[in-house]
Amino acid sequence: MTATAPPVKDGAPADERLLRTSPLRALLGRPELGSVVGAVAVFLFFSIVADSFLRASSFGTVLYAASTIGIMAVPVALLMIGGEFDLSAGVLVTSSALISSMFSYQMTANVWVGVLVSLLATLAVGVFNGVMLTRTKLPSFIITLGTFLMLTGLNLGLTKLISGTVSTKTIADMEGFSSARALFASQFTLGGVDVKVTILWWFGLVALATWILLRTRFGNWIFAAGGGADAARAVGVPVRTTKIGLYAGVAFCAWVSGQHLLFSFDVVQSGEGVGNELIYIIAAVIGGCLITGGYGSAIGSAVGAFIFGMTSKGIVYAEWNPDWFKFFLGAMLLLATLLNAWVRKRAEATK
Amino acid sequence: MTALVELDDVSKYYGNIRALEGVSLEVHAGGITCVLGDNGAGKSTLIKIIAGLHTHDGGTLRIDGEETSLASPREALDRGIATVYQDLAVVPLMPVWRNFFLGSEPTKGAGPFKRLDVGLMRETTRSELLRMGIDLRDVDQPIGTLSGGERQCVAIARAVYFGAKVLVLDEPTAALGVKQSGVVLKYVAAARDAGLGVVLITHNPHHAYLVGDRFVLLKRGVMSASHTKESVTLDELTRQMAGGSELEDLRHELERAPAPTHLGGHGNRPDPAP
Repeated sequence: MTATAPPVKDGAPADERLLRTSPLRALLGRPELGSVVGAVAVFLFFSIVADSFLRASSFGTVLYAASTIGIMAVPVALLMIGGEFDLSAGVLVTSSALISSMFSYQMTANVWVGVLVSLLATLAVGVFNGVMLTRTKLPSFIITLGTFLMLTGLNLGLTKLISGTVSTKTIADMEGFSSARALFASQFTLGGVDVKVTILWWFGLVALATWILLRTRFGNWIFAAGGGADAARAVGVPVRTTKIGLYAGVAFCAWVSGQHLLFSFDVVQSGEGVGNELIYIIAAVIGGCLITGGYGSAIGSAVGAFIFGMTSKGIVYAEWNPDWFKFFLGAMLLLATLLNAWVRKRAEATK
Repeated sequence: MTALVELDDVSKYYGNIRALEGVSLEVHAGGITCVLGDNGAGKSTLIKIIAGLHTHDGGTLRIDGEETSLASPREALDRGIATVYQDLAVVPLMPVWRNFFLGSEPTKGAGPFKRLDVGLMRETTRSELLRMGIDLRDVDQPIGTLSGGERQCVAIARAVYFGAKVLVLDEPTAALGVKQSGVVLKYVAAARDAGLGVVLITHNPHHAYLVGDRFVLLKRGVMSASHTKESVTLDELTRQMAGGSELEDLRHELERAPAPTHLGGHGNRPDPAP
């Protein structure tokens, strides 16, 4: 190629057309910005209306509530950047907990055996979603709606068939329970605040997802699969494998979430989890993920989950009727999305 | 000299639809083979066969003289055939440097610390584009903010950088203005001079004649003519491309046909009010 190329000027001076980007402008270009502004607003709001909101112990509670959603919002955000939805994510958490609990109980095995069986089964559901999607080319909305309904039915039906009731038997006295609980549902005190281990899981997953998104080949493929699948395929990106991998990621986090559910209460209600899938999606969208794919961040999903935690607990601390929670969540979703759209427009217009 | 890519009597059917039949062409190193045709002539199908998106149903496809069929775009890329599509060449929301290396990202480190070599990616993108004469303001801007011509050039520069031997260009100038088309054609010529074989798909005979060495005309899925540059003039190429005798007929029609009455003409009808 060098034969025809014009010579490269060494040490080319900075381009005069490129105005110096101010740190503020760079900040405006971040996908998380809208959610951070929203989080600050929600924080200030509840600090004023609820006296107990600012206590250190409340902070631990808010973070815990955020982490239970946040653990799932991370892979759901990645999946959304990859251009797809997963409506089965909410009940998959419950399925994962049920499988783990019932396998251990029925086989009278060490609970770790149930935990591992549950991991395999949950991953299988994720891979099923991904393979169905990439094979049939149907919208992910339809595929995962199907999985969602099937899992909801299986959760209720199988639990009743095996346990005779709608919840599983307690496994608290079984071998390996305490060590599994330490991993999935323990807590420790840090500076007077009770810190649940799920918060560590959450932070770890956010860090891992951010690393994957921004610094690995797979991350590049996620953006490409969501932002232009045909263009990506044409330059050799394995779009199918990427999407299947993303669904497996959702399944893995559903497993973590499910094990937490099981080991913090030692019984599982088979009807739980319905509706949570939308909360994960809301957290991702509030966090700046573009619903059409190709744009977003894992940190944004964490901020979205944090807003969720502050709102759900803030209403309690303000001693309001929790019935209002959904209203607040909906209003927040609309405001955050509008803010995101406005910010992005400004950021692009000033380029 | 063996052709880099050679199609011999290649056909492709979609169910009972004959998309392409009996098409032959050769692509040589340092040569530009132009494929001309109207909408629906089978140009896209031809590209998809060369690019590995579809396998052909009949005839033979030879790469470096070896008979083969391509199962996937990845396989085509591995054999040195890079395709630049008119509208799906890049992912608009991604930064220029991520687009440049998409699908072939360089990494450093090992094991769990294996990561994108971001510094190298940015630097290479900037310098490679500069070599092609594109002086980019900022490699971090989303590629969707570049003009259509610049995007085509990034895609071409990418293919050249990754060592493509054959460059397939799908209507690179179709959506561009005169000046931008000129810029793109300049890079096409630059790629040819660098020793690549180029397949240029277009429906503009003027653009084709400017840079092409061989011309293949498609019409309704079959090959209607095949020329080398010496054997054809621009006028003849334009005439054949535009449908030859069909164009003559159209001219007669346009000259003689009276304007329809509803457009203000008087038609051939006798005046109703004598």
